[in-house]
Amino acid sequence: MSGLTTVFRKEVRENIRDRRALFNSLLLGPLLFPLLFVGMMWFLESAERERAEKTLELPVIGAQYAPSLIRFLEQQGTVILPEPEDPEELVRSQEVPVVLRILPEYPEKWEEGLPAPVEVISDPSRQESNAPIRRVKSLLYGYGQQIGSLRLQLRGVSPQLASPIMIKDVDLSTPKSRAILAVIFLPYVLMITAFTGATHLAMDTTAGEKERKSLEPLLINPVPRWQIMTGKMITTMVFAMASLALTLVSFRIVLPYMPVGAFGMDLTLGLATLLKILLIISPVAILAAALLTLLASFAKSYREAQSYMGLVILIPMIPSLIFMANPIKAETWMMAVPLFSQNLLIGEIIRGESVSLAWYGLSIASTLAIGLVLAALAANLYNRPKLIFSTS
Amino acid sequence: MIVVKNLHKSFGDVKAVNGVSFEARDGEITGLLGPNGAGKTTTLRMLYSLLPPDEGEIRIDGLDPTRDAMEIKRTLGVVPDSRGLYSRLTARENITYYGELHGMSRDAIRERIAELTTTLDMSDFIERRTEGFSQGQRVKVAIARAMVHQPQTVLMDEPSNGLDVMSTRALRHYVLSLKEAGHSVVLSTHIMQEVAALCDRIVIIAKGEVAADGTASELLERSGCDSLEDAFVELIGSEEGLLA
Repeated sequence: MSGLTTVFRKEVRENIRDRRALFNSLLLGPLLFPLLFVGMMWFLESAERERAEKTLELPVIGAQYAPSLIRFLEQQGTVILPEPEDPEELVRSQEVPVVLRILPEYPEKWEEGLPAPVEVISDPSRQESNAPIRRVKSLLYGYGQQIGSLRLQLRGVSPQLASPIMIKDVDLSTPKSRAILAVIFLPYVLMITAFTGATHLAMDTTAGEKERKSLEPLLINPVPRWQIMTGKMITTMVFAMASLALTLVSFRIVLPYMPVGAFGMDLTLGLATLLKILLIISPVAILAAALLTLLASFAKSYREAQSYMGLVILIPMIPSLIFMANPIKAETWMMAVPLFSQNLLIGEIIRGESVSLAWYGLSIASTLAIGLVLAALAANLYNRPKLIFSTS
Repeated sequence: MIVVKNLHKSFGDVKAVNGVSFEARDGEITGLLGPNGAGKTTTLRMLYSLLPPDEGEIRIDGLDPTRDAMEIKRTLGVVPDSRGLYSRLTARENITYYGELHGMSRDAIRERIAELTTTLDMSDFIERRTEGFSQGQRVKVAIARAMVHQPQTVLMDEPSNGLDVMSTRALRHYVLSLKEAGHSVVLSTHIMQEVAALCDRIVIIAKGEVAADGTASELLERSGCDSLEDAFVELIGSEEGLLA
């Protein structure tokens, strides 16, 4: 085993001197992602606030048919804009989010006590117009309620008869469980970090060594090849792990600077939580190191290896993308699926839920098992002479 | 002492080595001479157990590379065609790495490096990172790395490739000193002068086969030529590969 530790020590020393390795493993993930996260939160939060607090400006067509409605809207702080030329085009071109059209038969129906028609012209498929649409509709609804009650009272009927059900919201979500974004984003970032942290070293220690033609002389030393490969893989794992740990620490440092109460989030990441997350994600670092080393060993040069890596980096994104599109409830069998299980578990931890030890165990064991199988494959790869020589 | 009998190796349809036999004795320098692509490197790779032969027998001090790979690697010092130094490590660290892979103790490695630094005249650059080293410096480090564990048998693939006159001189001097010390040295080359200056025995390889085998004077006699270069062309039957 002394061969293994010799290789490990040399790879660590060599890569610590490599600016590219340090940048990729120890700087990129730990610095970029947390900043990205905070930036995104600030952006979303401020955009949301702006939309909620901004004065509602509403172009109205046929304002002359419903003067009392217009008065109501103005009392509620709405700025009524003059009738536009082509309202549909205005909405389509995103110049305004909503246009209100009061139809000519409005006064007639109103007099007869029949529902008077108004049109809310909008494009709800545009995210940013959702808030104004909601505001316009709730104003119209409020006006309708008010007039409706008055009409009933005029006829001597209690307006309460028209409200057979009273709805009360009882909100059981804790501030933590509302941290939806963090629940999706943090596992996503960590999963990618495990891979990006391992990528450069996996390539440099295999394809890079082949490219620099130092692999052949190295293999002439009296050390079994599996020990040489394992020494290299352990270096890769250590760098990936360091990358993960630094990313978590940097999240911990950055979180206090998040917009206060953003999304009702109470996410402090105490030391115990950090360690728990690190424990869960560590097997992913091992899996990533083994998988990437295995792939890079087939490449003849660093460049060729890079072209494989572009595809591999998609793998850790898959679970997060699935959860983003379709949030699912964690179940025991999912803990056996690498990447999925870590995603779910970290989500649960952030949400502050208690997770059964069996789930931790299953997740760690299954990911570790697959990682070790891949590692064993990679370790024996250089027993094939074809893969040693880059030219012959 | 190396004994090679009827060695064969093909890659797909290409027969790289097709029945090579020769001997390399202790205290002698044996030159594998041949045009580019003649099968010299493939033969050496089989000797240092990185490639298994398809057929034939190799014995290095009685050991078989296909069965006693680890043992053989301990007794071999190899300077491959590709020097493959680690540019982010110093010359000393490069050599130390190989010493450690050979299981040597820290002290033994330090002593040995001190020795080699003197013999190979490396004191100017031994503590420098090998990035930007000249070819001559690279070869010296590669040799020191291969010799750190004091191997009995030394294999060198095109050792003087890319070296200037002074470095070539130093290299030849060192190879001769190995011979004096009783090592068995095998070097592959396509450079005639090198063979003439160094080798006790010459094995001419062409198209994967041994075209001729003997001392320089034996080869001259057999071919009836005056110069080794003419003898070489005569013996391999073409001028192909000489313009390198």
